[in-house]
Amino acid sequence: MDTHQGVAPPVPLQEIDVHTDTRQILERENRRIGREQLADLYIVDVDSHHTETESWTNILEYIEDPVVRENALTVQKVRAGNAYMYSPGGGVAHQDVAGRILHQASRREKVEETDVHRDVVLARRAMDSMGIDCTILFPTPLLALAEHPQLEIMVQLGKAYTRFVTEVLLPQENRLKTVVFLPLADPRESLKIVRRFAETPGVVGFMVTGQTPKPVHNNELMPVYAELEERGLPLVFHAGFNWNDPSMRLMNRFVGMHALSFVICNMVHMTNWVVNGMQERFPKLKVVWVESGLAWVPFLMQRLDNEFLMRPSEAPMLKRPPSEYMRDMYFASQPMERTDMEALRNTMRMINAENQLLYSSDWPHWDFDAPSVIYDLPFLSEQAKRNILGLNAKRIFNL
Amino acid sequence: MAEMFVGKASDFADRGRKVVAHGNTEIGIFRIGDAFYAYDNNCVHQGGPVCQGRIIPRVEEVLDDDRTSQGLRFSEDCINIVCPWHGYEYDLRTGRHQGDARLRLRPYEVKLDGDDVYVVVDATA
Repeated sequence: MDTHQGVAPPVPLQEIDVHTDTRQILERENRRIGREQLADLYIVDVDSHHTETESWTNILEYIEDPVVRENALTVQKVRAGNAYMYSPGGGVAHQDVAGRILHQASRREKVEETDVHRDVVLARRAMDSMGIDCTILFPTPLLALAEHPQLEIMVQLGKAYTRFVTEVLLPQENRLKTVVFLPLADPRESLKIVRRFAETPGVVGFMVTGQTPKPVHNNELMPVYAELEERGLPLVFHAGFNWNDPSMRLMNRFVGMHALSFVICNMVHMTNWVVNGMQERFPKLKVVWVESGLAWVPFLMQRLDNEFLMRPSEAPMLKRPPSEYMRDMYFASQPMERTDMEALRNTMRMINAENQLLYSSDWPHWDFDAPSVIYDLPFLSEQAKRNILGLNAKRIFNL
Repeated sequence: MAEMFVGKASDFADRGRKVVAHGNTEIGIFRIGDAFYAYDNNCVHQGGPVCQGRIIPRVEEVLDDDRTSQGLRFSEDCINIVCPWHGYEYDLRTGRHQGDARLRLRPYEVKLDGDDVYVVVDATA
């Protein structure tokens, strides 16, 4: 017989909204960390996002061209929106599923700390909640910067953002690192950027974002890769979506476009990178592929191997099948497809996950992965979990 | 088993909720019309705080007799709870995911005694 026994007290937060503190949103992951061995692991998040639009005026102040800077700051004052920001989807973005996933939509939580920048406070809250020891920060809408139609603005905004991150945010929190945007459409400027920022404290690599107007095998880019290889700094490809891509324009739902466009972005760059023998030309360059999940990798390995073996004359630089070059590269885990554990296990075997896979959260975006998604995998050894959650990234990014 | 008092039925709005603590767990109690439902505040996807997400009618696609799409509408019958971490949507009456019924929130029994609402829990938890 059931008996009435006491009163269940309400929890302090009944509904999460855009004002909810990051620590409350992630409290459940934080409780897990307290209970399990996660707390003892060294965890590196190789892809967490800074919402730079919340500090956009601060960033514009770092534009070095005086005319572009003055124009940008004036536009920022007199118009709505973010000056000079370019959106490849024409401003159409539904990541938060029409307000269902609110940490993606907006973060209006209260920050009372004044000793460091608000963005640092938010990053700390996420790291502390998920037990993360080191975070590599990426921007959010600026991931589309490589597609900006004005080359000079692309270069100016990229440098301004790098300066803001490295001069304001990183000095305030030693656990934060970054990879610097390369405007591949301007190879000479890209090389200058590598030389200028390579030794800046907190810079652990350089990144290519989204769908670049120049292919990654363009001859003019070889000095950039050579410089990175010589310096031992990773080249990171962070995918992005583009609803204006002709094939993506056939998609009427964000879920379809997003599922394909991110992956296609990385697949195009990866295919060019492999069939043009870039791994043969720069065998010591560390190459990292970020934010397309993992399921695309075994698909592309099989597809390229199958076609290459019939057409080796078209990829004469290759001395091995494409999949073997791909296996020499590194992959960030998020958003890790986990709906078929056998398929995931096979993917991990094919990419040599124990040594090549890097945990990434993508926080605060809608499809983020907490560290427990790696920790909970039933088929990984304890050492593999340690490597994926942090030790692989420590080695690759010289942390 | 034990019945834990969670509140007065009249204090619950239609399509309202109360999330309560019980030991190391949290339970969300929801009202739809005159019926009450309760679930573990733990999304089967990544363990997110599902009961603290948005309550919203299910979205349906409207097909004409010739199977052409006539657009979308909100259901008048199905009310979903959306996990605030990643957007998994569960039918509040069944606790099952809208798109994969095998994914189900852990339910709790709810009992009404007059205007008092109780949730049946493991007394040892």
